[in-house]
Amino acid sequence: MDFYTSQTQTIKSGSSSCSRGGDVDQFPTGLRVLVVDDDPTCLRILEKMLRICLYQVTKCNRAEIALALLRENKNGYDIVISDVHMPDMDGFKLLEHVGLEMDLPVIMMSADDSKNVVMKGVTHGACDYLIKPVRMEALKNIWQHVVRKKKIEWKDKDVEQSGSVEDGEQQQKASEDVEYSSSANEGNWRSSKRRKDEDEETEDREDSSTLKKPRVVWSVELHQQFVAAVNQLGIDKAVPKKILELMNVSGLTRENVASHLQKYRLYLRRLSGVSQHQSGLNTSFITSPEAAFGSMSSLSGLDFQALAASGQLPAQSLAALQAAEFSRSATTSAISMPITDKRNIFSFEPPNLRFGNGHQEASNNTKQVSLLQGVPTNMEPKHLANLHPAQPIFGMNGNSQVNQSNSALMQMNQLQSNRLLLNQTNGSRVPINQSSHEQTLMSNAIPRVWTPKGVERGTTYGHVSQGSSMVDFSVKQSTELPGTSFPLLSGSGMSTLSPKPIFQGEVNTEVRDLRNFRPGYELVNELHLQKTPDWSPQNNRSAFHGSQNSSFRVKDDLHSVFNQQAVSATTMSGDRKNVPVNNGFFSVGEGQNNTSNMGPVNPLLAYTSRRVKSESLTDPGYQSNLLSESFGHDDHYLLSALLKQQQDEVLPVDNDFGFDGYSLDNLSS
Amino acid sequence: MDRNQMNRQLANMRKALFDQGYLDEQFVQLEELQDDANPNFVEEVVTLFYRDSARLIQTMDQTLERNPLDFAKLDNNMHQFTGSCSSIGAKKVKHECSQFREYCRQRNGEGCRRTFQQMKKEYAILKKKLEVYFQYVRQVALLK
Repeated sequence: MDFYTSQTQTIKSGSSSCSRGGDVDQFPTGLRVLVVDDDPTCLRILEKMLRICLYQVTKCNRAEIALALLRENKNGYDIVISDVHMPDMDGFKLLEHVGLEMDLPVIMMSADDSKNVVMKGVTHGACDYLIKPVRMEALKNIWQHVVRKKKIEWKDKDVEQSGSVEDGEQQQKASEDVEYSSSANEGNWRSSKRRKDEDEETEDREDSSTLKKPRVVWSVELHQQFVAAVNQLGIDKAVPKKILELMNVSGLTRENVASHLQKYRLYLRRLSGVSQHQSGLNTSFITSPEAAFGSMSSLSGLDFQALAASGQLPAQSLAALQAAEFSRSATTSAISMPITDKRNIFSFEPPNLRFGNGHQEASNNTKQVSLLQGVPTNMEPKHLANLHPAQPIFGMNGNSQVNQSNSALMQMNQLQSNRLLLNQTNGSRVPINQSSHEQTLMSNAIPRVWTPKGVERGTTYGHVSQGSSMVDFSVKQSTELPGTSFPLLSGSGMSTLSPKPIFQGEVNTEVRDLRNFRPGYELVNELHLQKTPDWSPQNNRSAFHGSQNSSFRVKDDLHSVFNQQAVSATTMSGDRKNVPVNNGFFSVGEGQNNTSNMGPVNPLLAYTSRRVKSESLTDPGYQSNLLSESFGHDDHYLLSALLKQQQDEVLPVDNDFGFDGYSLDNLSS
Repeated sequence: MDRNQMNRQLANMRKALFDQGYLDEQFVQLEELQDDANPNFVEEVVTLFYRDSARLIQTMDQTLERNPLDFAKLDNNMHQFTGSCSSIGAKKVKHECSQFREYCRQRNGEGCRRTFQQMKKEYAILKKKLEVYFQYVRQVALLK
């Protein structure tokens, strides 16, 4: 941070790149460069040049080694310079890896100056392309790529934190240090947003500043915002322009979003290949207008609820179905669950509170499933259609006291989802006050809030008030529970759960249809990673084996990022619509009548639930942690289970990230 | 010869290398990188180049003996070699490399072989010239 602060000051002073003999003090001294080239002569020359620029240089002659170094020390480098032609790995492949996994700026080099190769560098995301022989002048300026990235990151953080309760002092300080203040940026952003409609090309320049075409750092938060926006719009309708507007992140350009969207689609395509393998249910969802993301394979009661929520089932039948399901699970079949317990849930108190209530239930919850639903996994696939809304809630509810019926759980979930949904849609439907609303919801089997249509049906759901409660909830969650972001995310839309790291791991995914997106794995992975800092080892061990440790190392800040993301999602939506945080997560956009996009159901939840059932997740240590920890821990546990399952089925988990192995496998190259 | 004379001699040698097209601007870049921390940087890099490229040349020699010629591989190897040459400013050698790659693209085996021999000649001539040059540089340095 100091480095960049000083860097900013350097920028402010108007220093340009310094000449060989002069102004060396204006260089970003200490910039940590990793240079990769199989040619020892070039490598030596580059090293010397970089040292003269007062950079800290690490050289290596093989891409594999470079990747290992980068993975081993994620924050150990600021920028990577790589040759294009290398014997062990194509430079572009390395570029992709670095971009996705570490998101560092990468400069490509080659003796080949033919346009198509240079273009390839650009399209693969290289922030610069140098023609060999590389001259000193070219290297002097590489620091600007790092600074740009950092500035964008800071701006993103500012945007995200503007409405969050979270303590973002550090970042705010950093942002203040940045030449362009966040408010200024946002102002620029908004005005440039308008201009965007007229001329998207110029907006980049008009936008604050710094960024001509800076390489955007797709931090976890940013990616989550992105995913939330995509979910909101629906993968089919998710055009960069709209995503950009939804994300409302200053400094982000349409081009940034477009390229990221491209990657994301590939990623989803790849996932769909996986998810379809695991559940044949996707297609059913896709057709349903309300089922935005169909990849819910192992959905159980949750799906049921979702389906109901989407208005496809009358409340009563849903309730009945739920009841039936629940009874199958040998729990209470009563639709009317003890209200008292649920109340906590509905009031959206911080998860830990809920957990408090459900301490004793924890074991029940896990038994019940998973995730949160507690719905037996013997639910038919068709019920799985509209998971998501319920999912997040599910997750949240699951932990709480649902020792009784799954139906109760489901209801609660429904309620929550409904509430979220209601809030989001600003539907003027149910003028029920909060408390009564909750109870009403409780008694209602299925809040069909998932979609706007569903909201209409769900007359028993108070909305506006809910909205506020939801907002609070989300905020609370984010602030109080580091791990809560997951539950929210999971509920809202799976896609949002796939944070950048996961996504990044998927280099060459061929995701065509977001609906088949099965973020569960990634979600788990992500969550898992995020949770690492907060969780005791035993939690991790429950499901995550092998590479987990390394994966944990990977993103230390994921956890907080994740939270931020949750919060920021709220904030974002809040700006626009007074919608609760989950907005980002629920594919159903607030008031957007996002009927076609249910948002990614939380396959993770569904998946996990199934998984949980099949596995004996009763790790006492874990459970106690679960009880005492925030909601997120549950998710972690479940996610771990899910991840493990996925890993077993899909990915070799030998790399730092489970998905690394996967992505590498995918890489054809 | 006194020091001034030696310095002048050295400068002339250097100039000739440029004037005769053996070296280009990149060599100057290398010289500019030389400092107290690496007082013999240029010589060090040139030595590194010759050591490493010998391997490449040997590979290409072997590839050129095969029948039919693997032009893709030859072009690929030469591309690598070109990168090295250009990094030390070996102008004439680089020129021959470009010629070679052009013949590869035309799938002209004979042209490739011919050019390759020419390249090796230039490569050897430059090596010799630079050896003499650096020897002189060291001597002048000793005088100081």
